Formats: sequence, C-alpha cells, structure tokens
Amino acid sequence: MKILVPIKRTLDAYIKVRVHIDNSGVDLSNAKMAMNPFCEIALEEAVRLKEKGVASEVIAVSIGGDKVGDQLRTALALGADRSIHIKADDDLESLNIAKLLKSVVEREAPGLVILGKQAIDSDNNQVGQMLAALCGYPQATFASRVEMKDNLVEVTREVDSGEQVLELTLPAIITADLRLNEPRYAKLPDIMKAKKKPVDTLTPDELGVTLRSHLTIESVSEPAPRKPGIRVHSASELVEKLRNEAKVLP
Amino acid sequence: MKALVIAEHDNKTLNPATRSLVTAALQLADTVDVLVMGADCNPVAQSAAKTNGVAKVLLADNPACKHQLAEALTPAVLQVATGYSAILAASSTTGKNLLPRVAALLDVAQLSEVVRIEDKDTFTRPIYAGNALARVRSADPVKVITIRASSFEEAAVDGNAVIEPIAVSAVQQMSRFVSENLNNSARPQLEAAKTVVSGGRGLGSAENFALVENLADRLGAAIGASRAAVDAGYVGNELQVGQTGKIVAPDLYIAVGISGAIQHLAGMKESRIIVAINKDPEAPIFQVADYGLVGDLFEILPELEKLLA
Repeated sequence: MKILVPIKRTLDAYIKVRVHIDNSGVDLSNAKMAMNPFCEIALEEAVRLKEKGVASEVIAVSIGGDKVGDQLRTALALGADRSIHIKADDDLESLNIAKLLKSVVEREAPGLVILGKQAIDSDNNQVGQMLAALCGYPQATFASRVEMKDNLVEVTREVDSGEQVLELTLPAIITADLRLNEPRYAKLPDIMKAKKKPVDTLTPDELGVTLRSHLTIESVSEPAPRKPGIRVHSASELVEKLRNEAKVLP
Repeated sequence: MKALVIAEHDNKTLNPATRSLVTAALQLADTVDVLVMGADCNPVAQSAAKTNGVAKVLLADNPACKHQLAEALTPAVLQVATGYSAILAASSTTGKNLLPRVAALLDVAQLSEVVRIEDKDTFTRPIYAGNALARVRSADPVKVITIRASSFEEAAVDGNAVIEPIAVSAVQQMSRFVSENLNNSARPQLEAAKTVVSGGRGLGSAENFALVENLADRLGAAIGASRAAVDAGYVGNELQVGQTGKIVAPDLYIAVGISGAIQHLAGMKESRIIVAINKDPEAPIFQVADYGLVGDLFEILPELEKLLA
C-alpha cells in the first residue's frame, strides 16, 4: 500500500508574525520557512506505518514555487521514499490544491492520504476534507490514533466533546492532529541520502487541472491590541476588582 | 436571499452556537432556515424553531445521521442546498469536518472561522493563529462558511418557526462509527460558558488540577487547560483552549499557572476580562491580562475559594 503525504511550506512556527505596514499581507521576506508542523506529524505517521510493514511506499507531494523543494528534501530525509513537486503559485486556494491532489491520487492510487489537519498560516482546515469529497473517499479528520485492520483503517478523532473512533474503508483520507505522534528529527546520514531520492516535477497542466480563483484577500491587518491591564497584589484585591470594577462577579 | 444554518447538536440538545449562527446568517440573507440532521433529534428541531429570526426548520431525522459523519451528512446538505446563497456551520469539529466536503462538491471555496461579516461577499477571519486578520472577498455564488460562534451574539429565543420533516438519503458504507469517549461533565460547556477557569503546567499534576476544578465550581465556570497541561496528561484534550483546541470568549477567563504561549492566547484573547495568576512576573500571559496576580497558585487558589464562598 502506498501512502501519499501532501506537505505545505509555511512560516516557521516559532517566528513572530509581522503584518506589512500597507496591510497587503504577512511579511515573509527573509523569514525562516519550514514544513507545516501538522504536515510533519502526518509524514511521521506514514513513515511509522511503513516501518511497521503496513505501507510499501511513502510519497511526499508539495505544491508551490521552487522553494518548496526544500521541504520535500526534508520529507525525504524524514523517511519519504520519493517526492512530487507540483509547480504553481505558493498561495493556491484549498479547492485548487484539492483538485491537484486528486489528480495525483488518480495517478498513484495510494491506500491512504495522510495530511496535516490545517496549515498554521492560512488556518483553513479544508484540504483533506475537500480531497476526500472530490475522490469520493471516507475521511477521518483530527486523528490522534491510526490503526490498520486488514482492509480497513481505525482512527481515533479528537472531537469537541471528547474522542470518537471511526472505521474507514480504503482508500481513505486522514488528517493529523497534534497528539497523533511526535515527529522525529532528520539525522545527518538521512539528509545526505535524501539528496539521491527522486523528486518528480509536474505542472497543473500536466495534471489536467484548471486553476480557478474564488477568493481575493483584500487586506491583512493586525488585531486590535488589548488595553493594558493592572497588577493586583492579593486574592482579596482581585476579588474586589472583579466585583466592583469589572463587575463580572456577583 | 436565503441562508441555511446547519444546527450543531448531540441529538438531544441544540448547541447554543446554532443561535449565534442564525445571527450571522441574518447579516447575509433575509430568510434563514435551519437544517437539523440527526437521529431521534426532534427535541433539537423544537429548540431550533424557537430561535428568533428562523423561517423554517428542516428536520432530516435518519439513523444514518446519528453520529454526524461527514460522509452521511454531505449528501443531505447537497440535497437541500439549492436556492440558498449561504450555508453556515459552527467552526466546531463537526462543522470543520463537514463544510469543506460540501463546498468541494458545490465547486466553491469555503471560508473558515469567520469572525465578522463585512457585506454579503466580504468576510474577516483570523489567520496565523489570530496574529493577523484577513479581509477576504468571495466571488462564489454560494458562500460556504464556518462561523466562530463566540464572535456573534446568540439570537433570542422567542421565535416560532415551522418544522418541516425531510427525507434524506444518508446511508453510506465508507465510514462507520465504532465508539466514543465523551466528557460527561456537569459543568457548563467550555465554548458556551460565561466564566472559564483554565489551568496550565504550573499546576504540576493531574491531582493538583482539583484546585482549578474547585474554583470553577465555586464560580459555576467551565474548565479549560493549556496545551502543556493536556500534553502532560492532567486533563483530556477536549479541554484544551488555544489555536488547535477550543476558541473561547467568556465574560471572565481566569488563567492559572499558564505562561501564555501564542498558541494559547489565540484561543482566549477575545475574552472580556482576563485574569492571570502565575508565579513568573515575566510570563507573557500578563500582557493580555486585565488583572494580573503574581504569586503561588497553591496559596492563591484556596484563598480565592474561601473569598468566594
């Protein structure tokens, strides 16, 4: 069974977000970029399934300009067997990404596609579900445990009210939540070996996908700051303030 | 213009987030209908019908809809979608699971976690964990939107809409519900609570979390936790407040032993009054707190409990 893992290049999670002064967007010039943390978790799960002998091949795919090649190399160093780079703009909408991925799914016929549940830049949380819809596959979002059972996959999902366990037929789409696993770090020999692993490139045309724009980002702004608070010096002063000043206690 | 609100519920009770969705939908359309999909969920439809501003409640009562699986609900939504210019769901795990699937099959974009409706085509939503706000214009004929319920007032409960049962084909073989492990706490629901007391790594252990629980019970509050506290196993993941957990905006949010990582702040900084209790005076949580108290939570919490008795 092949596992396909789509990967997004995003601003490094530890870098402070700066909004352009003209409100045109977030300033990414010279910023440190990285693999989206949820994509790392998705990839780790795929690699573990391969190490368990459940999967035969892990294929990483990323969509964007030349720079996404860096994240594909990282994916190869972390255990993907080969990778596919779909050359396109960096900021495609979720639906366009899902259409491109569907075309890759048709070519590769993976048993599972494991994605991050969302990217930490656009925070959309959409691509996995859209891909499942377009392929007509079942989906398990917010996965915290994945277990293969013959021709089924059992997934524990983190839902608002607790946990839910689902069984999906294959092929299936899974999106990874935080607690699915703790991704490994790439070791130097693996980074060297990754340089020899194949990276195929494709274009939307070659995949037979016409990209269409649905959304326009008119502006990006910083949220209004909270007005500065005060320090209180005792529990009784706190209760007094909450009662008489903030009026949030009876 | 007509909008369709997808009710959030557990087959027994209507989640109040649905009433916030109605408020949002009324900013987009003159006529707002609510779609209730579930099994033996008539009480939910009754409750939805009382929401002010709702024209009609469509009730799809079908055993296949019981567990709100996206594979079952999507065809039901598509079946009734014709004629609506907007489809709204809560940005809950159920809404986030369902709506992208619906949008993809309608061949339209989906807008996630909308916090403000600027006009019928333009929406504001947080990006980068709330560190920036994007104003987005949609060119699609149908807007498919998840709404951050805490950003919209709940519609009043004095309506009297008609309930129209509909037959939907929701049977599917792709996914099957196996089991669930729910947090059956008697405390208020985290996202709907007026007061939230959250604990972080500063509590030190699952046993010590009782201090947070005691204070919460004194205040009639819901309990929350930081990611660090959840990862350390003090409480279940369903209590996590933050970018990847619940987004809350109560009248009063009390953060106990929480340092205030950006990830956590993204989930609570829209609260009306924020109180921070932490032994580290440099903790970032104090930057968003209206009232900061530096000190030992193991002394302060029992004292607060006594003062509030």
